[in-house]
Amino acid sequence: MKGETFNATAARNTFFEHLPSNHRTFPGWRLVPFLVAALVLVPVGTVISSLFTPSGEIWQHLVETTLPALLVNTFWLVFGVVMGTAVIGVSLAWFTAVCEFPGRKFFSWALLLPLAIPAYVTAFVALGLFDYTGPVQTGLREWLGSDVSWFPDMRGRASVIIVMILAFYPYVYLLARNAFLTQGRRTLEAAQSLGFNRTQGFFKLALPMGRPWIAGGVMLVVMETLADFGTVSVFNYDTFTTAIYKAWYALFSLPAASQLASLLIMIVFAVMVLEQQFRSRMRYAENRQSARAARVPLTGWRAWLVCCFASAVLFFAFMLPVTQLTVWATSVFAQDFNGRYLEFLWHSLLLSSIAALLTCSVTLLVVYAARRYPDPLTRTAVRISTIGYALPGAVLAVGIFIPIAWLDSRVSEMALQLFDIETGLIIQGTLFTMLIAYMTRFLAVSHSPIDSAMQRITKSIDEAATSLGLNGWAMLRRIHLPILKGGIYTAAALVFVDVMKEMPITLMTRPFGWDTLAVRIFEMTSEGAWEQAALPAVALVLAGLVPIVLFIRQTER
Amino acid sequence: MNALLELKNVRHAYGKQPVVKDLSLTLTKGDIGCLLGPSGCGKTTVLRCIAGFESISAGEILLNGKQVSNPQFSLPPEQRHIGMVFQDYALFPHLTVAANIGFGLHRMQKTEAAARVAELLQTVGLADSSSRFPHELSGGQQQRVALARALAPRPDLLLLDEPFSNLDVSLRERLSLEIRDILKSQNATAILVTHDQDEAFAIADEIGVMHHGEIQQYDTAYNLYHKPANRFVANFIGKGVFLSGTVLDSHHVEIELGTLAGEIPHQCGQDCRVCSPGHSVAVLVRPDDIVHDDDSPIRATVLHKAFRGADILYTLRLPGGSTALSLVPSHHNHAIGEKIGIRLEADHVVAFSQSDEQQ
Amino acid sequence: MAHVPKVKKMARLCFKRYLIAMLCTVSVLATGASHAEEVVVYSARIEQLIKPMFDAFTKESGIRVKFVTDKEGALLARLKAEGKNTPADMLITSDAGNLWEAAREGLLQPVESKILESNIPANLRDPENQWFGLSVRARTIIYNTQRVKPGDLSTYEALADPKWKGRLCLRTSKKVYNQSLVAMMIAELGEAKTEQIIKGWVANLATDPLSDETKAMEFVAAGKCDITIANTYYYGRLMEKKPSLPLAIFWPNQEGSGVHVNISGAGVTRHAHSAPAAIKLLEFLSSEKAQNLFADVNMEYPVNSRVPVDPVVAAWGSFKQNPINVKKAGELQADAVKLMDRAGYK
Repeated sequence: MKGETFNATAARNTFFEHLPSNHRTFPGWRLVPFLVAALVLVPVGTVISSLFTPSGEIWQHLVETTLPALLVNTFWLVFGVVMGTAVIGVSLAWFTAVCEFPGRKFFSWALLLPLAIPAYVTAFVALGLFDYTGPVQTGLREWLGSDVSWFPDMRGRASVIIVMILAFYPYVYLLARNAFLTQGRRTLEAAQSLGFNRTQGFFKLALPMGRPWIAGGVMLVVMETLADFGTVSVFNYDTFTTAIYKAWYALFSLPAASQLASLLIMIVFAVMVLEQQFRSRMRYAENRQSARAARVPLTGWRAWLVCCFASAVLFFAFMLPVTQLTVWATSVFAQDFNGRYLEFLWHSLLLSSIAALLTCSVTLLVVYAARRYPDPLTRTAVRISTIGYALPGAVLAVGIFIPIAWLDSRVSEMALQLFDIETGLIIQGTLFTMLIAYMTRFLAVSHSPIDSAMQRITKSIDEAATSLGLNGWAMLRRIHLPILKGGIYTAAALVFVDVMKEMPITLMTRPFGWDTLAVRIFEMTSEGAWEQAALPAVALVLAGLVPIVLFIRQTER
Repeated sequence: MNALLELKNVRHAYGKQPVVKDLSLTLTKGDIGCLLGPSGCGKTTVLRCIAGFESISAGEILLNGKQVSNPQFSLPPEQRHIGMVFQDYALFPHLTVAANIGFGLHRMQKTEAAARVAELLQTVGLADSSSRFPHELSGGQQQRVALARALAPRPDLLLLDEPFSNLDVSLRERLSLEIRDILKSQNATAILVTHDQDEAFAIADEIGVMHHGEIQQYDTAYNLYHKPANRFVANFIGKGVFLSGTVLDSHHVEIELGTLAGEIPHQCGQDCRVCSPGHSVAVLVRPDDIVHDDDSPIRATVLHKAFRGADILYTLRLPGGSTALSLVPSHHNHAIGEKIGIRLEADHVVAFSQSDEQQ
Repeated sequence: MAHVPKVKKMARLCFKRYLIAMLCTVSVLATGASHAEEVVVYSARIEQLIKPMFDAFTKESGIRVKFVTDKEGALLARLKAEGKNTPADMLITSDAGNLWEAAREGLLQPVESKILESNIPANLRDPENQWFGLSVRARTIIYNTQRVKPGDLSTYEALADPKWKGRLCLRTSKKVYNQSLVAMMIAELGEAKTEQIIKGWVANLATDPLSDETKAMEFVAAGKCDITIANTYYYGRLMEKKPSLPLAIFWPNQEGSGVHVNISGAGVTRHAHSAPAAIKLLEFLSSEKAQNLFADVNMEYPVNSRVPVDPVVAAWGSFKQNPINVKKAGELQADAVKLMDRAGYK
């Protein structure tokens, strides 16, 4: 008996000694997060380096005039959008993941559809419909025969907030639902067995337990809101981003714009660090798929209330905009549609899929490496690699463009000196630049889902795989990838749709002739031709639905 | 007798598939009951019906004499004063051990709750782990936290759903005894659900063997082993084989190895066809019913042997061709293929009609 | 059993190869040396408003035109970052201010061309010949014909009069057209006076500034307000679609300096690789042949005075243009923006 115990200990010892040597087989892992962080730091650093260029005069002007109001505007916008997306996203996630009500199956995937509509499109549709000259108010005026001054101001703060909530809630919904699906029902039962009712169980347990996922979604929403320029400018609602663009486009000072943007990054980074610190030692991962636990059947008026709520969100966030877009698009179809739309569509699809592939692969590497080396330095590197999302797209685009152009110049100079050949620009103006830019921006989007999926792989799974002779790539391919599949699909679908909707980076870094649907929307909207913009917008929404539907089919099984 | 829990003709179905059929059960205050059965027999569903997580389609459930479930009504789980230890523990990963245990004490005063948590930490032997998080504990420790958390609000009834299935065997044995002590010290009434009879025997006062949604026998461990009510129970509890035999009279049955004397089938009622002389029956022969005897004229061939420390369990082929088990002190070491002498030594008879074989 | 994964693997392999091939082709295409004569254009004027002229140019000269569109700010940043390696030979913008800024940043080169000088009036091009106006965009007053008598209107400045309280709609001050307009006013009237006028405008607003001019005109038509300031081509486009709207153009400041005009224009980049071809394109764009197209495609006014105005546009009447050089729009743009910020014009 004693001998046996001894042997077991000895075996375990050799096993653990064995592990590091496995790691040594590919020391490159250690570097991955740092390389990616460095890549992201290039544009971010370019932007932050502006802090050394004095532009006090513009700052002084902004502080004295518009900045205070912009900060107040930005605060309320972020606050409102965060509250709204959190309430709508979390509640819908809870109802579809844990409860049972009429249409639950339908809503559980349909509520993701608004992801396909860019926020600026929802914005101009909302204005087109509900503004003073829109059909709703015009109709009301004709019907009532009076001025409908009681109608809420469509270009006020509330409208911007509502539009952004409708556009961004799916981020929170998607991630929160993930959390609730794995642990919601079981948690609820545990709470009930301890004398809490379901409502208490939700607020006291499920909600705090889902926090990392909810926080992940909300963080995306915060960054998206802070970086947004398209939506707020449709409403002419001035935010911090407005100041950035004003400094750049109107006051011709890119340095001042970059300085403002640096401030934005630093704020977001601080919030990220604080959130992580606050979580500290707590662990949220529920590794086991919870055992049988029934859905909570909602009955009577509750069921219908939830059904109505979900329908209303879906209606305003998806059906209404799409219907209006389709009506507009039909009116200009005959005149505007031509073969080039196929080209735009093809470019959009191709760019989005390559970017999704690239971004998810890199995220996977980063997350994987960070898991193997969970030291604070690596964790910081990982956090840095997700900061690109907080920058307004155009600022990030410049941040990428400047160093790449610089690199290109050095290369061509060298080529000229050494071989006496004119190389011109090698990197810039290629898809490579564009993809790197997309990746820098959307690493944050793919990080959350892949990282939380990774948390589900326990150490023992690794050890089991190692004991079966798997390690390195084989382990990633045969064990981890299948487990991570769900997270990867989520990430890929999100990045795909985001790239499809993305405008400033696409505009600035696209090679000649690489016009996409988003570029088309830009050209139309920049001339205020909303109805003509509807045609590419509808195409964009339809194309964006493809990955979402694929993703749903993969995960809803 | 004051029955704490009564299930009367309870029925539960998932869709059209009945999972629990016409099940009745009574549990006295202070007792530890157990539902034992293979997976898929409906035992966990019974537990979830008692807890109030599932509704029932017929019958009623009474707790302290009050109806808590009937087909029309189901008292919400949180109002039943029932604690539950989940199979996967369902510990709250974002809370410390102490916070987990104290979670259900929201109606108590702060100091009182703290005292209760301290007491339970002491009871389950985790006093110095109170500020750790669940993922920092071993499986056994997590299990004890789950138990302490369920016990903390002093529930009227505690339900344990396969609480040891995630633990290794040695830990399981030790913990099951520990937990019985803890439950008894807290004077708790509890129902355990398990597929492991050793666990059931170690903890429970009374055990209901379940199969196909029905309780086959609700009895003490001793009776389940020695007086199984039907072939399923006989088969499920303990080891043994069925040998065919012939009834001689109401006190004797003859099988290949000799004549068994004893109280003939206690399970036979008044109109028992089985006990009539000349009837052919299946007789349960446990490994300890056959002893090794070199002098015996009956020789059996060793087919298999399993060394168990103090003794060896031999699988033997009897001269007539059927197989039997025999538990022999381990110094009688025989090789496979060897012929050894055996003798029947039993003072009771467990026999069933050949016809209810399908059970 | 073994067959299925193999097929899958093959498919995956094919996909990979396809991706690699795709990337290679793209990079070759994008960087490949220009064999045929070619002009590369960075344009802030959108595709629909430049492509027809480029096509006509290629047809006439055989020189291909490659272009990419973006916002002015991004294009300028891009030119600056690319330095002497820039592929761009020409920059097109839809306002004078950004051309002036490009010239100030040293991104353009002077072009000496008799053709350009004769085709384009001096006030619509850079005195140093770094950039040239190609079409004229007149920014004027649009009013509701049912609620405003044209006799009540006179100048931009007069819109600050309290009698217009609650009757004015304006596009946002973030649009460069308004920045140019205010810059020109500063040039003429000085900062203090202009600031007072802008404050007057803001006080007269019926609703918060709008994000686009079409919407502002629709507001005027619907009766939310009575007057707005807009570029004439927006008016033209709107009336083409909805001819029944009670809207009309009023030409302000006819007694004084004239209607504020801006340009859509172009310049040859400092590091252009095919400057001669670019100059040829520039000259073509200012020629009679292209001017018709250039202006008509967007209902703008041609810069070339020998070219007749599009009949639809001509029907709006002729007017006196402000003769001040449009470069003022660039010089004073930052001042204008700051002034509008101070005046609370959002």
